[in-house]
Amino acid sequence: MTPIDLANPTRFLTLTARLLPWLAALTAVLLLIGLYQSAIAPDDYQQGATVKIMFIHVPNAWLSMLVWGVMSLAALGTLVWRHPLADVAAKAAAPIGASFTFLALVTGSLWGRPMWGTYWEWDARLTSVLILFLMYLGLIALWRAVEDPSRAARAAAILTLVGAINLPIIKFSVDWWNTLHQPASVMRMGGPSLDRAFLIPLLVMALAFSLLFLTLHLAAMRNEILRRRVRALQMMQASQRSA
Amino acid sequence: MSLGPYASFILTSYILATVVVLILIAWIAIDYRRQKERLRELDAAGIVRRSGRSAVDIR
Repeated sequence: MTPIDLANPTRFLTLTARLLPWLAALTAVLLLIGLYQSAIAPDDYQQGATVKIMFIHVPNAWLSMLVWGVMSLAALGTLVWRHPLADVAAKAAAPIGASFTFLALVTGSLWGRPMWGTYWEWDARLTSVLILFLMYLGLIALWRAVEDPSRAARAAAILTLVGAINLPIIKFSVDWWNTLHQPASVMRMGGPSLDRAFLIPLLVMALAFSLLFLTLHLAAMRNEILRRRVRALQMMQASQRSA
Repeated sequence: MSLGPYASFILTSYILATVVVLILIAWIAIDYRRQKERLRELDAAGIVRRSGRSAVDIR
């Protein structure tokens, strides 16, 4: 099956039905391994046991940006190539991305209170991620507010691409401005600065959450395809009644 | 395993992440059921897809 074949929603549904059980099982296994490794990870010499919050905060923070990146590619698919699944992919990803961003903000806040002495600080990193969260909510509201799916798709695609400007701001905010938030310690020049005892559980949890996203995204895309099929059939039913 | 003086912050983070992920899974599962139910209703009303396939054939 080639990528072009997947442009057909029916073929996509067939592939999803085969993949989802395996992906869900693999995600569950990786999450359990990640949680076990997080539980047995040693305390950090500065953070103590609160370092364990990082094992869920960091994967969620990465995914909050990755999901918007996926939605931006889908937006290009909608505007440039008019791919039939592009808007389906973007619309299905938005609530999942919003959830990851919410978790990144709240777990960061719960780590910040004992470590920084405050739940919140209006520094560049925290504020730009809050803006990302609000943009997710705005996009979800836009899809719900516009009844015509093709008009909603175009408007959402433009808003998504405009919002993508925020991604490099989030990533480099800790380098460009003097922030309370610490600079990158994994994705940095010269390799990760974390000890293996923390790096391994962090990477396992990041992989588990990434697979969780893939699983939920495919399932939500399947739902969106069915919702559009329902809409099309309901319109057909309405036209048959009026004829 | 001792979580030290900030155990409540750590536990709240993990519980919250679990709750949010479970809500996402439940929402997607309920939505899937709802769409299949609507397709069944349309099929019962005699509405078929342009391809001639049944509305409930989700392949």
